[in-house]
Amino acid sequence: MATVDLKDVRKVYGGRVEAVKGVSISIPDGAMCVLVGPSGCGKSTLLRMIAGLEEITSGTVEIGGEVVNDRGPAERDIAMVFQNYALYPHMKVYDNMAYGLRNRGMAKDEIDKRVREAAATLGLADFLERRPRELSGGQRQRVAMGRAIVRSPKAFLFDEPLSNLDAKLRGQMRIEIKNLQKTLGVTSVYVTHDQVEAMTLADTLVVMNQGLAEQIDTPMAIYERPASVFVAGFIGSPAMNLLAAKSSQSGHILADGTEIAISGATLPDSGREVLLGIRPEHLTLIENGAAPDLQLKVTAVETLGADTLAHGHPANGESRSSELVARLPGSVRVRDGDLLPLSIDPSMVHIFDAASGRRI
Amino acid sequence: MSPRVVFPNKILPYLLLAPQLAITLVFFYWPASQALYQSVLREDAFGLKTTFVGLANFKKVLSQPSYIASVQTTVIFSVATAFIAIVLALLLAVMADKIIKGRGFYRTLMIWPYAVAPAIAGLLWLFMFNPTMGTFAYMLRAAGYPWDPLLNGPQAMSLVIAAAAWKQISYNFLFFVAGLQAIPKTLIEAAAIDGAGETKRFWTIIFPLLAPTTFFLLVINTTYAFFDTFGIIHAVTGGGPGKWTETLVYKVYNDGFVNLNFGDSAAQSVILMVIVIALTAFQFRYVEKKVHYG
Repeated sequence: MATVDLKDVRKVYGGRVEAVKGVSISIPDGAMCVLVGPSGCGKSTLLRMIAGLEEITSGTVEIGGEVVNDRGPAERDIAMVFQNYALYPHMKVYDNMAYGLRNRGMAKDEIDKRVREAAATLGLADFLERRPRELSGGQRQRVAMGRAIVRSPKAFLFDEPLSNLDAKLRGQMRIEIKNLQKTLGVTSVYVTHDQVEAMTLADTLVVMNQGLAEQIDTPMAIYERPASVFVAGFIGSPAMNLLAAKSSQSGHILADGTEIAISGATLPDSGREVLLGIRPEHLTLIENGAAPDLQLKVTAVETLGADTLAHGHPANGESRSSELVARLPGSVRVRDGDLLPLSIDPSMVHIFDAASGRRI
Repeated sequence: MSPRVVFPNKILPYLLLAPQLAITLVFFYWPASQALYQSVLREDAFGLKTTFVGLANFKKVLSQPSYIASVQTTVIFSVATAFIAIVLALLLAVMADKIIKGRGFYRTLMIWPYAVAPAIAGLLWLFMFNPTMGTFAYMLRAAGYPWDPLLNGPQAMSLVIAAAAWKQISYNFLFFVAGLQAIPKTLIEAAAIDGAGETKRFWTIIFPLLAPTTFFLLVINTTYAFFDTFGIIHAVTGGGPGKWTETLVYKVYNDGFVNLNFGDSAAQSVILMVIVIALTAFQFRYVEKKVHYG
């Protein structure tokens, strides 16, 4: 067990393409750090640099306080779980798990003890004599985990380990990974593009975009105070509504002329171009006839059961630039063309600078 | 399964099949049946009359010490050719797999020799190692090695093996490159993280995963060495010196078309045919079982 520290890590391919543009992350001992971002944001490259599978162009990677830049993957004492599991297809489950231990010259009975312990933890005891192709996706995933835990490494690295599983199994394995990581207390770095995985698993969440860490914080802090438009749009489902607006004395005027009065919230200078961020769940339906902050003209409805998503635009505008989604309770019946009176909690409105995309 | 398409025309399918069938008939079934027919006949020295002798030709051929010697020659030649061609091709493929810049260029260069006709390949090696004018023969003798494949049997054998293997390396290389590409890169990375060095990774991960390819090539190469190396042997040694490089195929040619002993030659080619069928059947039974990994 150990801390993992990245200091201004960069990766440049072929002298031109910058995949990672200087990322610094400090992961405390035993914590789970999740790197999340769209494909091509550099999250996998960063993970592979920690693993030693990719050379580090500049900056340092420290594991347990030691700089490991010049060490091979085997000498870093880390274990990695791959997206396609990377199980050795010609070896039995037992041998798959024992392979890393045998290569390190561990005594036979110690290997046996560790493999059987890991297999028991993961519910694989009955499958040790099988080959990977005779296992289901979830079982293969467990073998990959088993191969990581038998080694008791300093850190676990997960590269989108759940993306090859179906939705139900993914949810189940997500909880298993979380519990296992907490029980073993091994420092972990987990890469995913799935924001649900990111939110549920992370102690520290790193939102990456175009080779940079846009925000590093706890999942709730990122949800509550996204540092930029990108983070705001990436974390949360359905995504946060982002409306172009101009600040005025009393509130904000949307591009289509709708005025949204926001009392109480600190307002930026009058006339400034901003983006208003309002999460769909923070638009509430007014049922007592009070004056609405916004009238939503519904153009599409998605009934999810527990929730109903009402898509539309402000009643007096037709502009596509101000499309909105409101997340309403499932009990509310909404139809296309309805006019919904909505109230906005001013403390839940995020204001971003239109030019820089940063939070104001 | 997709539903079968039914064509109303009853004759058209046969017409479309006819050219292929005609070629197979003329170039395989007819000669093969002729060989079968001839193998039970014996012709007099002047070709005036033939008599039916049953299995006497087979009995005679199989009891000839020269035939048994030829079987031995063939086994040595085939095993050595297949082994060398496979090992070198695998080595080259593994090396080529590591190259990042100019990968396609190197691969193309490696594949070229396959386009060379067997007789030409044989001639190339013959010229290089010809005791009177060959560059390499000169170098060997200059180094004090008594090189003379025209008189020395083992040397002649090494020369035809080298030429035959050289020609087959390209083909094997192609399959090994494809086989190596089919191994997911993450497997190699996982093994690296698991603490396996390069050599260890090769023997514990890459080589076992290439096993289906290797086995397929073993069968193909053996068949190649058995049957398709006639041109090389004919160009390089002509079966000599003595009978040192006379493989089974070469003996069929020698006995039939040089010594005009058609009965014996036909019996030999029938035996060869049985060997082909056995090898092919073995390949199909075994390869199909081994090929599905992972």
